[in-house]
This record gives sequence, structure tokens and C-alpha cells, in this order.
Amino acid sequence: MKRLLSIELQKIWKNKASKILTLSYFILLTFIALIASIKINIGNFQLHIAEQGIFNFPYIWHFNTYIAAILKFFLAVVIVSMMANEYSYGTLKQNLIDGMSKKEFVTSKFLTVVVFAGVSTLFIFILSLILGLSFSSYNEVGIIFSEMEYLIAYFVKLTGFFSFCLFIGILIKRSAFALGFLFVWNIIEGIIIGILNFKIFPDSDFDKNITQFLPLESMSNLIVEPFTKLSVIKNIETTIGGAANLKDYDVHWYSILIVLAWTAIFISSSYYLLKRRDL
Amino acid sequence: METILSIKNLHKRYGKLQAVKNVSLEIQKGNVYGILGPNGSGKSTTLGIVLNVVNKTSGEYSWFGGTMQTHEALKKVGAIIERPNFYPYMTAKENLELVCKIKGISYNKVQEKLEVVGLYDRKDSKFNTFSLGMKQRLAIASALLNDPEILILDEPTNGLDPQGIHQIRDIIRLIASQGTTILLASHLLDEVEKVCSHVLVLRKGEILYSGTVEGMSTNNGFIELQANDNKALIAALQNHPNITKIEEEEGKVLIYSNTNIDPSELNKFLVEKSIYLNHLAKRKNSLEAQFLQLTGK
Repeated sequence: MKRLLSIELQKIWKNKASKILTLSYFILLTFIALIASIKINIGNFQLHIAEQGIFNFPYIWHFNTYIAAILKFFLAVVIVSMMANEYSYGTLKQNLIDGMSKKEFVTSKFLTVVVFAGVSTLFIFILSLILGLSFSSYNEVGIIFSEMEYLIAYFVKLTGFFSFCLFIGILIKRSAFALGFLFVWNIIEGIIIGILNFKIFPDSDFDKNITQFLPLESMSNLIVEPFTKLSVIKNIETTIGGAANLKDYDVHWYSILIVLAWTAIFISSSYYLLKRRDL
Repeated sequence: METILSIKNLHKRYGKLQAVKNVSLEIQKGNVYGILGPNGSGKSTTLGIVLNVVNKTSGEYSWFGGTMQTHEALKKVGAIIERPNFYPYMTAKENLELVCKIKGISYNKVQEKLEVVGLYDRKDSKFNTFSLGMKQRLAIASALLNDPEILILDEPTNGLDPQGIHQIRDIIRLIASQGTTILLASHLLDEVEKVCSHVLVLRKGEILYSGTVEGMSTNNGFIELQANDNKALIAALQNHPNITKIEEEEGKVLIYSNTNIDPSELNKFLVEKSIYLNHLAKRKNSLEAQFLQLTGK
């Protein structure tokens, strides 16, 4: 396992473009901390974001994992190209000839995906802990380490998403087209959701039962947007709308299960594709 | 003798195209094998199958007597195929170290093998700065990293300039002289003729000949003669009991026989008929002539 990982990390780390993208990803992640310094002036009233409770434990776990997940596209590019390049350089063929089995090849890619997701999760954990300890109003250990399921959801979300990227990379074999396909797929899911929501089930929420199984939708369902959960926003909502919007912000076990199932499907299909294809 | 690779009744279909048809082959340790055939005759497909990158349609193959899985066996094999495939953004040394990781061996052969192919002074240059000849030599270095039991080369001199071809051939000859088994696929006949002991001729995926290089030529030897009066010579030869065919070509008389004619006997026979030769040579058909004969059908 260590051997497979070291092979893969060498391939990525020696590549200048991948290295820069990976570094920018982690640097941008730390910029979440900069939100703390945002101050908005509304007339003579100053809104200091950090003091509005976004860095309060345990809300910070939800907020940071949601924001950090937006940046996953940086690593998506790295993962798609790490796979597609193997085809365009002909090195996939060479790796197999040198004595790597197809199973080992897919395993080494999947391990990389897990490592990327794991390191991101660890990074966000440490970052949030520091931010929280600096700004949170509640500092009891019990509160700090509550709602940690958002970190688990974040890890599963990244693993699922990167596995999807890996699969597309193998399927399409060209990085630019593969990234294009990812974008197109996103639109396709949007259209499916739109049609189900507005045309087929306009009066009920039944469409959610179907759309939660779409790959990208299932990943985004893992962590729902945290903004309306914030007390400031809730106050505004109750002022304007009269009643608070009752929304479910929790991480559900079945959402995690769906994404894990997709991960398994993507990885095993990648292996199947690789096994069937002649190079 | 130790069998390194054994192929039995291998078939490969690409849709309607039958790329490999019933190919069988045994590779014994220490020999140098050539696979000959025009472009598209199934050479690379056959090699691709045993190297785990092309799926066979039917048939069997086994490495080292079938004692290990293909990918494990490939760690003891060195192979280069069509064009050198390396990571363009890594240096020569880094690329070879990656191969070491894949094969599960230590890095200590990297320097030695770079020296064998004359690339040691360029070890820190990126692969994409290399010329084709250098890339091909790096591929050979990479194939040699594990001191392989067998070296498989698919068109190793393709697209190289004469100097590059010469360098690659010298390296191949050096490796062959050290007793490494080699399997060389090529459409360049003199290449195969110069280095191989055994040959397999393929056309449209089918085996036309399989055996030793000499075996391919024994039946087809001929004798080249010239006298001041070729007409008298031909008239005399027509009385020789063992000659089956007489041809005149560029002032020389070529005679073919189905038995082995001793040139000195022939000389004596002609002297007795008062014909004195100014040229007598026993020749073998070049591999090229035989190859064209075999594949031309």
C-alpha cells in the first residue's frame, strides 16, 4: 500500500501544474480564516462577520466544511489530469508492462483520492479548531467536539467526488474533455432535478426521493447550506416572513450511504473499464 | 531447457478483424528470437497480450512455466513497445526510480543502467528534452533495470536515424552476448538476421514459419557460377543429375538443387567437361528473399 501511494504521489508531486494546483488549494483553504476579518458597513452600523457567530462551535464545523467543499474543484482538476495523462503519455501501458497489475493501478489512484480527502479533512479540522478557539463564544470541550459528523460528511463528500473525477478520467481519457463532461453532467443533473421538481411533481416533494440518488446531488445533500441556520439570518427571516423556516440541516446516515455506494460504483467501474479495454 | 514463455493457440479479434490467429510459441532461456512480419501482421498484438495490455480472445499463455501471475512475472521481464512511454515532466533518473518502485527493486541499478545506454550525463534532464534516440535508449535502460530474464523489444529502431539505429543494435548485441534471452519484433529483416537465432514469421496474424534462422535457409541454398562462356556452362550443367533449376542473372548462372551439392564436386564435374570457372560461390538466400517468398503468397 505504501509502495502504491509513493508511486502515485511521485507522479503528482513531480508535475509542476499538479503541484501548484494542490498548493493553491491548501492556501485557499486557509483563506477561510480571512472571512474573520470581513467588516461590512451598513450606514453607521458595522457588521463584523466574525462576531455574528459563524465561528461558534459547533456551527463552525458545518460552515467551514460547506465553504471548503467549494474549493474541491482544484483537486478535481489534479485528479482528472493524473488519470487522463496516463493515457495520453502512454504510461498506463508502460506501468502495466513494468509489472503493475490493473487492480494495483486502480488501487493506487483510489488511495490517492482517499489521501487527498483525508488531508483536506484534517486540514479543515485544524483550521476550524484554531478559528473557533479564537472567535467562538462557547469554549466547553463538550460543545467544541459536538456535531463532528460534518467532518465525516466532508470526508465522504470529497472521496465520492474525487472518485467520480477518477472514473471520468478513465472513461474519457482526455483531461479537457473529462472536465467538460463533469460540467455537462452537472447541468444534466440540474435539468433532471428541474423537470422532476417543476413538471412531474409540482405539488409535492416526492422528486427529492429520486434526485437524492443522483451522484452530484447526493454529494451536495451531505452538507446543506449553513447560511440560513445562522441566528442573524433567522432573525431577518422571522422579521420578514413571520415564521422561521424549518429546515433540516443535519447529516443523514442514508445520504452518507448513497455517496459511499456511488464511490464503490465509480471505483469498480473504473477497474472494469481498465480490465476490458485494450491499450 | 528452461521455458520462459509459452504461448498456445492464441487468438485475438478486433471486431471483424482477426489480428492474431492460432499463434503458438515456446521461448527457451538463452536464445534470441525474432518475430518478423509486415506492418499489421499481429506482432505487436501478440506481444501486447503476453504483456498484459491487450486482452486475448482465446488461447493460453504462461510465463516461467505458469508458476506466477502475469503481472508478477512481468517484474522479471524487461519490455519496450513501439514508442518510449515516460512521464515527460520527470527527469531520466526520476522516471527510472518510478519504474524501480513499480518493480519493487532498489534504486541502486539506476546509475549502472544509465551508463550502459550512455545517458548518465543527462540523468537530470527532463524526459521531454530528449531526442527520439535518447528516449529509446532510456526505454532500454528502464527495461534492463531488473536484470530481466527476458528482454522484449518491439520495433526498437523504428524512426531512428542511422546513428541511433547503430547505437541500439550495439546495445542489443551487448545484452545478447551476456546470455539474456531476447524477443525482438521487427519488420527490418537485416536486424533480425544479424542478432537472432530463432525466428517466427507472421502474416495477417498467422504463423508462416517458426524455427531457427538457419533452418529457414537450408532448403533454399544455391550456387553461383560464372565462366567465360556461360552458354557452354549451362549446357554442361543440364547434364548434371542433381540440378533442378538453372537461371541466368546479371552474367552469373544460378543453380538450385534439392540435394546438397558440394561445390568442389561440381567444379570437378565441370573441369571434366573442359569448362573452367572464373567464379564459384555457394550462397544462401538472404532472409529478405525468403521472407518475401514466404509472405508473398
